[in-house]
Amino acid sequence: MKFVAVSSCPTGIAHTYMAAEALEQAGRAAGHEVVVETQGAAGTTPIDPAVIAAADGVIYAADLEVKDKGRFAGKPFVDVGVKKAVHDAPGVLAQAIAAVEAFAASGASAPVVAAPKPVAAGASRAGSVGHKIRQYLMTGVSHMIPFVAAGGLLIALGFALATIAWPTNGAIEVTKVVDGTNGTAFVAWINDGFSLGSLQAWAVLLFWVGKWAFAFLVPALSAYIAYGIADRPGIAPGFVGGFAAVLVGAGFLGGIVTGFLAGFLALWIARWNVPKGVRGIMPVVVIPLLTVMVVGVATALIIGPPMKAVNDGLTSWLNSMSGASAVLLGIILGLMMCFDLGGPLNKVAYVFATTGLANAVASSDPQAKIMAAVMAAGMVPPLAVWLATVVRPKLFTESEREAGKSAWLLGLSFISEGAIPFAAADPLRLIPSFMIGGAVTGGLSMAFGAGVLAPHGGFWVTPLVHQPFLFLLAILIGMLVSAALVIVAKGIGHGSDADLVSQDQLVSI
Amino acid sequence: MSTPLITPELVAVDLVAADRDQATRALIDLLAAAGRVTDADGFHADVRDREAQMATGMPGGIGLPHARSAHVTVPSLAVGKVPAGVDFGAPDGPATLVFLIAAPASGDADHLKILAALARRLVHPEFRAALNEATDAATVARIITTEVVPA
Repeated sequence: MKFVAVSSCPTGIAHTYMAAEALEQAGRAAGHEVVVETQGAAGTTPIDPAVIAAADGVIYAADLEVKDKGRFAGKPFVDVGVKKAVHDAPGVLAQAIAAVEAFAASGASAPVVAAPKPVAAGASRAGSVGHKIRQYLMTGVSHMIPFVAAGGLLIALGFALATIAWPTNGAIEVTKVVDGTNGTAFVAWINDGFSLGSLQAWAVLLFWVGKWAFAFLVPALSAYIAYGIADRPGIAPGFVGGFAAVLVGAGFLGGIVTGFLAGFLALWIARWNVPKGVRGIMPVVVIPLLTVMVVGVATALIIGPPMKAVNDGLTSWLNSMSGASAVLLGIILGLMMCFDLGGPLNKVAYVFATTGLANAVASSDPQAKIMAAVMAAGMVPPLAVWLATVVRPKLFTESEREAGKSAWLLGLSFISEGAIPFAAADPLRLIPSFMIGGAVTGGLSMAFGAGVLAPHGGFWVTPLVHQPFLFLLAILIGMLVSAALVIVAKGIGHGSDADLVSQDQLVSI
Repeated sequence: MSTPLITPELVAVDLVAADRDQATRALIDLLAAAGRVTDADGFHADVRDREAQMATGMPGGIGLPHARSAHVTVPSLAVGKVPAGVDFGAPDGPATLVFLIAAPASGDADHLKILAALARRLVHPEFRAALNEATDAATVARIITTEVVPA
């Protein structure tokens, strides 16, 4: 195969050239052609455009912004940083070969002849705007999935252990032992309350470790959407924006907004034409300072304030609904639970249900029925995506299929976040499918008269549920409806995704 | 290129150093004594800054402190052989061969090509092995001078 590569390092006198030499040698040893452009202190000689056009793939061994990156657009690539190329050039080459093969196998247009006119960087950016947006979202999602998987499974494991460790109500007790978001209280508990031999203590610990992983979910989504848009300068403002989005209660949809804001802002600032003296401090001082400041302030001042209005308005609206038909209320709560999966609407519905619980004494009380409808509906999205990935794996990318494998357990544990990777990657198709399934489940749960006094736990608290079989039936029906809709919706306007599959695979290398 | 990249005076064959900072300093003092570095403290600070960004240790027992600095008059290399080893942050252990690369801040591209050529030689195992086997300063300097030729 033929590769082109770019190497660069902060000082530009050592690693840039070591990486170039190591890559060229590794290529020679393995029988591949590697042509390296050293963007170092001794000046840069651009690679002949004809060589770029003939290359199968691109290796970025660059710690600085790659100059004229547009020249390489449209080719499969690996981005490894300069140090990796110096230390393990054969490994980097193997990665690049795998990327090229994955690209070819995905059926995307042949990797060669991407840009016959070398200067026309824009020409290879042929993808539509929608295609681009999905690509950015996928970058965010594929980096978020490990957090969802690890966090969700640990929380579920905590619930499962708790069910064994406590004689009754384990899935409720486990969350009450200590507040894992309060450092002082948590350290005090580790010192005084934790014991290696206590199953209860382990359940609590695993539950909170899972929660900590979940705390990075939206920040990682936001950061890597921004990374997809602007490369490394996007990461810092993306993380801060995602963190702030969660803090003000804007959920993962807020995180998507901050990710795009951070990415395009960083991209724009990185392209400023600045005097030579300032250029050196752009990536370390100017870009991080400006992007983080603008994204953080904007999230606080623009995204934050409406959240309170949304919260208050919806809460009082829900309260006024209390007299209305129970089934209608169940449908509305189901729609809300599945709209933003942990975002403002979901939270309002959930808090509405849990605050009602204070007035309930038996699992057949009306407040307990509301809780059951909310819980059942919240379990639908992850269960539905699991089913959809099992029935129609071809509709999903590799990393989505991987995420699907654990989604059933997250769904059973009432961890709606398990569906976020899917919703974030393709919100227009998935969110409506989730909402309709959730509405079906919420309405049915109410109609069946299922009730529960536990605010979380999902399947793990079914022993506490009033009408447990009907409760599970409501979930099952909603799951089937939602999964069917996901499959149908994925089939609509599903033309250009072969490309995305390969993009996603590259990202996850 | 009137001044050679390295001379025997810039090689320390039996360097003893407690840490990378000390090893770096010993080599800087050689450069300063040879008049290639005008301000040893200033250059040391520049090297420290670079080292703080990303450790320069490489697999195979190599430490590679380096910097572009206003206190450097001519592209230079100082080599220290540290039989006891000194940590440069490489994943596989301490460095026994330390290369200090000094580049002038204002050097034009041609000037810096000698350093690019040096960096390229450094990834060749035979080159490093030859330097590891060399026992005296003159041999080390001769190997480098003959092997490192700008492309």
